[in-house]
Amino acid sequence: MHDVLINTKILVKNNEIANQNRKLLKDKGIFAINLMSSPGSGKTSIVEKTIDFLKDRIKIAVIVGDIQTDLDAQRIARHGIPVRQINTGRSCHLDAHMIQHTLPWLFEQGKTDLVIIENVGNMACPAEYDLGEDFKAAVMSVTEGDDKPLKYPALFRASRYLLINKVDLLAYTDFNMEKARHSAWAINPELKIIETSCADETGIAEWVDSIFKGDHENRVR
Amino acid sequence: MHELSIVTSMISIVRENMARHGAGRLKKIKIRVGEMTAVEPEALRFCFEVCAGGTDMEGVILDIEEVPVRGQCIHCKNEFPLDRYLDSRCPVCGGESGGYVSGTELDIVSMEVE
Repeated sequence: MHDVLINTKILVKNNEIANQNRKLLKDKGIFAINLMSSPGSGKTSIVEKTIDFLKDRIKIAVIVGDIQTDLDAQRIARHGIPVRQINTGRSCHLDAHMIQHTLPWLFEQGKTDLVIIENVGNMACPAEYDLGEDFKAAVMSVTEGDDKPLKYPALFRASRYLLINKVDLLAYTDFNMEKARHSAWAINPELKIIETSCADETGIAEWVDSIFKGDHENRVR
Repeated sequence: MHELSIVTSMISIVRENMARHGAGRLKKIKIRVGEMTAVEPEALRFCFEVCAGGTDMEGVILDIEEVPVRGQCIHCKNEFPLDRYLDSRCPVCGGESGGYVSGTELDIVSMEVE
């Protein structure tokens, strides 16, 4: 009996495919955002607002992951942009392989500047999977509670942006904004936090502007 | 349940390594799971039993080392547990941690074969 050292990341295959996706997207000049949150935090509404604010400036496409139904895709399609639904079946997250199979569709849509990948509503699983995006953004809403960062640290550590959504409802909840910000920054001091509301459009302009910020590698190209 | 997809990836890496090393019978797989990952060790064990059942991997031990979240003091370089993530302070000098030195692992370490 003897030990054979392996010493590799378990998700090495996923990460290899993600890097291939990243290169293909970069070659086509497409910036990619992976949007993650629990179900009901307002991800699809954020996507819709982002489209409305940006569709006259740049070409956008959306890839939506859901376990079942194409209801979110139908909502997004009403904004007149290309949208592709991935039904993950039993799986609670998108992985790089699913995105790899969706890229040929994306590349048939003509010139695209930005693809928003709306992940399956789930705060735990998607965080572990690199899809080939330029950055991950997390959404949490004030109706969910301010302890989410401490409960799901992997998501907040993996993300570059955190949108704290539904702030128009703040007065009706016991959500403590300072506590939420403090917890999120304790996990990831680099995290950029934007307070948003899709009802009154608070923070949406700041969020969409952030997509154009940074150097060539970190913004819409 | 992404533990199933993690177990499937793990098994395929183990099989590749067994083929490469001409390994005979597999006895144990050793993996390392950081406490900061969104991965539940009990769910991994359950998924592994389901995937291994009825195959040549049935009865193989899945040895999971759960790795605590730790940081390193930016002043005195002491390593210490991050109970409150980067809010935690070095117990020796009160300094901050520059980041995470452990707790984010999701790795296969080794396999034990006959």
